[in-house]
Amino acid sequence: MDKKYGVYICTGCGIGDALDIEALSGVAEEEGLPVQTHPFLCSQAGVEIIKKDAEEKGINTMVLAACSRRVNFDTFRFVGSMVERVNLREGVVWSHSRDKFPALTAEEKENEDNFDRVQMMAEDYLRMGMARVQKVKLPEPYELETFTRKILVIGGGITGISAAIDAAKSGYEVTIVEKEDQLGGQANNWRKQLPLSYPYDATLSPAIGDKIKELENYSNITVLTNTVVARMAGEPGNFTVTLKKPGEKIEFDVPYPLPEEMKVDESGKELNAEQQHEKYLEYNKGRVDILKFDPNGEKFGAVVLAAGYKPYEPAEGEFAHLGYGELPDVVTNATFEKMAKAGKIVRPSDGKTAESVVFVQSPGQDNDTDFEYAGAVTSLVALKQATYVREDYPDTGKAYVFYQHMRTPGLQENFYKSIQQDPGIFMTKGEVTGVSKNGNGMVVEAQNTLLGEKVNVRADLVVLGTGMVPATKDDPIINLAYRQGPSFRDNITLFNGFCDSNFICFPYETQRTGIYAAGAIRRSMTMEESIEDASGAALKAIQCLESVNRGMAVHPRSGDLTYPDFFFQRCTQCKRCTEECPFGALDDDEKGTPKPNPARCRRCGTCMGACPERIIGFADYNIDSIGSQVKAVQVPSEDDYSEPPFRILGLVCENDAYPALDMLSLRGLSYSADVRLIPVRCLGSVNVIWIKDALSQGMDGVFLLGCKHGDDYQCHFIKGSELASIRMKKIGDALASLALEEERVAQFEVAIDEYDKIPKIINDFVESIEAMGPNPFKGF
Amino acid sequence: MTENKAPASGSILVVGGGIAGLTTALEAAEVGYEVFLVEKNPYLGGRVAQLNQYFPKLCPPTCGLEINFRRIKDNPQIKVMTMAEVTNVSGAPGDYDVQVKISPRYVNENCTACGECAKVCQTEIESAYDFGMKKIKGAYLPFEMAFPARYVLAPEIIGTEDAVRCKDTCAYDAIDLDMKARTLDLKVGAVVFATGWQPYDAAKIDNLGFGKVPNIITNMMMERLAAPNGPTQGQILRPADQKAPASVAFVQCAGSRDENHLPYCSYICCMASLKQALYVREQYPDATIYIFYIDIRSPGQRYEKFYQKVKDDDNIIFIKGKVAAVEAAADGAVKVTAENAVTGEKMSQIVDMAVLATGMQPTAAEAKLPGEINYTEEGFILNDFQKGGIFAAGCANKPADVVSSNQNATGMALKAIQTLAAK
Repeated sequence: MDKKYGVYICTGCGIGDALDIEALSGVAEEEGLPVQTHPFLCSQAGVEIIKKDAEEKGINTMVLAACSRRVNFDTFRFVGSMVERVNLREGVVWSHSRDKFPALTAEEKENEDNFDRVQMMAEDYLRMGMARVQKVKLPEPYELETFTRKILVIGGGITGISAAIDAAKSGYEVTIVEKEDQLGGQANNWRKQLPLSYPYDATLSPAIGDKIKELENYSNITVLTNTVVARMAGEPGNFTVTLKKPGEKIEFDVPYPLPEEMKVDESGKELNAEQQHEKYLEYNKGRVDILKFDPNGEKFGAVVLAAGYKPYEPAEGEFAHLGYGELPDVVTNATFEKMAKAGKIVRPSDGKTAESVVFVQSPGQDNDTDFEYAGAVTSLVALKQATYVREDYPDTGKAYVFYQHMRTPGLQENFYKSIQQDPGIFMTKGEVTGVSKNGNGMVVEAQNTLLGEKVNVRADLVVLGTGMVPATKDDPIINLAYRQGPSFRDNITLFNGFCDSNFICFPYETQRTGIYAAGAIRRSMTMEESIEDASGAALKAIQCLESVNRGMAVHPRSGDLTYPDFFFQRCTQCKRCTEECPFGALDDDEKGTPKPNPARCRRCGTCMGACPERIIGFADYNIDSIGSQVKAVQVPSEDDYSEPPFRILGLVCENDAYPALDMLSLRGLSYSADVRLIPVRCLGSVNVIWIKDALSQGMDGVFLLGCKHGDDYQCHFIKGSELASIRMKKIGDALASLALEEERVAQFEVAIDEYDKIPKIINDFVESIEAMGPNPFKGF
Repeated sequence: MTENKAPASGSILVVGGGIAGLTTALEAAEVGYEVFLVEKNPYLGGRVAQLNQYFPKLCPPTCGLEINFRRIKDNPQIKVMTMAEVTNVSGAPGDYDVQVKISPRYVNENCTACGECAKVCQTEIESAYDFGMKKIKGAYLPFEMAFPARYVLAPEIIGTEDAVRCKDTCAYDAIDLDMKARTLDLKVGAVVFATGWQPYDAAKIDNLGFGKVPNIITNMMMERLAAPNGPTQGQILRPADQKAPASVAFVQCAGSRDENHLPYCSYICCMASLKQALYVREQYPDATIYIFYIDIRSPGQRYEKFYQKVKDDDNIIFIKGKVAAVEAAADGAVKVTAENAVTGEKMSQIVDMAVLATGMQPTAAEAKLPGEINYTEEGFILNDFQKGGIFAAGCANKPADVVSSNQNATGMALKAIQTLAAK
């Protein structure tokens, strides 16, 4: 596309009052670009001018110097044209009011040594906007060579079956793989189950059988039992999946990345790429590399991971204080369920009736937590299982539930209330301190109960409310043929093995595009919750397919048509992009050359930020588009003014920090007019070359402003702000070699609602730079 | 290869623009469907827009809202209507006729949010967004991050000189005092009600003193007090005298798990109080917190971890016991009387202020919605997946936290799509 430029300056909302618009127009004219001003650019009349220019003069690249791009997005959307929004209103005029930053008087203007900081700011931003549009182009969507809408559901329990039915009902073809020889999962072992709907007041006969039958109505669902995923290669819309029998060893079993300890020699020195590759091959002997696709593999477009849970198996000696392992009549709730399913409840030790059963919800020992992996489910399970005792022994049966917190949240409270009506079920808060043999039975000791400070209960059977361990705790299950490894990334460290999302607002977002977890693999869930969760995961899988098919990104840059483009001739195979991508979108070959998988990519630009050779970029966001903005900032020196103002660059996360900057302007807050801000997709996309360029052109300092990192990270791209902080730490050496203080570069964390803190953050930084003095390179 | 069509055609109506409605609308639109999102407030975001932080991450809700607003901006498939209410739904799954009543905002799309009207408006009204703890101008932007970023003229000033002043000062001809309510007819294939919840009216709980003693507040008021854009710029102060509290009591199950009020558990109040205890502790390192509870319901390992973290704080004291009374004590203090459920002892504690962890009541409890809908006794909408067509998402369906609401709302997007696919 041949670009034809037009610059439009709005003088409304106080812009015209605060700025010298003629001088500002002059900035565009200097570049030879046609410029127009309008008192109310977002009005119909204003927009008409732009549209008319597009039609009559063929203007297709517009620089609109007006308000923030966060507003009037629809008004200033011109399909097929490129639009750059120069933020004069929030970014300059509102945040730097003339009360605080007075304009030059006519008299002051006569002295050329005086300058107007706010005017300079506006002119720089216009220059930066004009520079950027020269370096960007309209995106062409990425098209997959082959595309399939088929959905793979891993796990044939209630969650998997529900997800499959939901997807099938919506018109998609689905395959369920189940590792056991029959569908149904854990629910097959139950006598009764928790309620599935209002009024939630009674147990139900297991619903799993009907659900399995329902599957048969769908010709677009294929069921494969005795099957697991050996490997899953490729990208959403075009996964190549190798399936196998459980336990089989095949060449398409997924290879694992080399563990860290094997990447070094005996002396602890890191092995070179070739040596590492050799070790990797040895480590994965008998398995072909991830880049070789299984010619007999099946094609899938998206995946629902519903592999469920395994009942917690106490380790040897665990819960010894509760008699577990020692006394045969102390069992877990999963074992009790199987016993109850098999028939009347009896004592494992002697097969005699178990008429007095104690349910223990917390291992105690000065702690009020439930058993690990309990969620709120085990409280409900204890209530359900207490009813079995009453069913089997209506006259003599007694069930005791000892809990520290009865967890029946929401409408599940109804179930609790209904069980409370049973005169044979006793419930009390209390800490169980011991279980011991007592004659023909056992005695359970508890303290701090509602029934008294210390109580003893005689028991035939003691049931421990142990939790639900997600299947991903010790098995990747999805077995991704990705260079970063076969599993989700965060689940072990942050989520105790669960495949949960760190995002509250976006519960299905994880670090692996196109694969959506549902059910007990995400959190301990009841069947009702799992069924509901399955619908959500199925929707996300469908949405990912449809987005990929349009060449669009999924969350959080939903609809983005750009994707990273690599100039491979200059790649030095350093592997940084492959290693740093938060989404594992890149697979490198044996030499280290990255193979992009654009449909896995979320378009954060972390690869672009990581690349030392600067060979990665997006159509509308690249090294040059930001670099040229940095270079467009005028850096006055002593040749211009006897006391030239400082120039400080701020690279600002567009997701949270940039909106916060808009907010502070709305509240009438201000910050130094000597800073120039450039929004970036994510701090992870910040390439250090921009910082070096800024400093070498004489700017005095550079700061990054972005999201919090750590366990409760707020980065929408998970790792971006964290990776940026690592890069910033490393930049110190480079600055030292230029004889610059490393404090000239800094990174600050800010949440979107901390707009009131930003002025101090920026001003303190500016002051610290001023104390250091100007950049010695200024003027060179 | 590329097909820009969704696999079925038809539109989806989502009623309610809180976090659940936003999620349903966006998730469906990003599959490729046309969605009408109808919100009765002048802004999107619903209840979460009033929250200071989410548990357990202690992150601001506006962060997720901003992303969602951006998704709306980038997706022409979503049509947002604010100050709008659905008045009629008739028809069958796949084919509904819907009427939407749009109340006058008195501000048109010319508005640049420049704020000049608010400067000249003299009338002040109580801010419902801040539960009456703050006065705002009769011409106002609901909050900084409001979407749409457009001012509103309160009906109170219409017909007054103030309204004329606002109109005269507007340089953009954005104020239209003749704006009338209008009705819009839509044809849609499926309807999702995400009408959310309201805080249970604490004044109805006679023994807990709300409305009689100013230093007894609700948990939602606490959110506003702690929020940087709240009535106290984020400083937690006693409403009566603006004093920094040295002690705060949280009264759990204020109305919930109570046959006289809300018989169910409201799901979020335990976690909300744990979070709010941290708000206080962060601002006042010496303050003491008392949490009176029946059971701490922190479901799931992330919430459990959060509870353990709060419990590790020696200045936060947990008392298992149902509160019998909250009343005024000397010097603006508040006396909380409870029976310790474990020891049976009756005990009382004097604190500087008390926060009632009031529960959630479905919005539909008081105003039934149009269309063929079945409710629980308490006003939650029952989903009938056999029939389909009309669904409830989020807290319109059951009490839930944001994570579960969003899971549920994502699933309801698919149920709506299934209705269209079956057509």
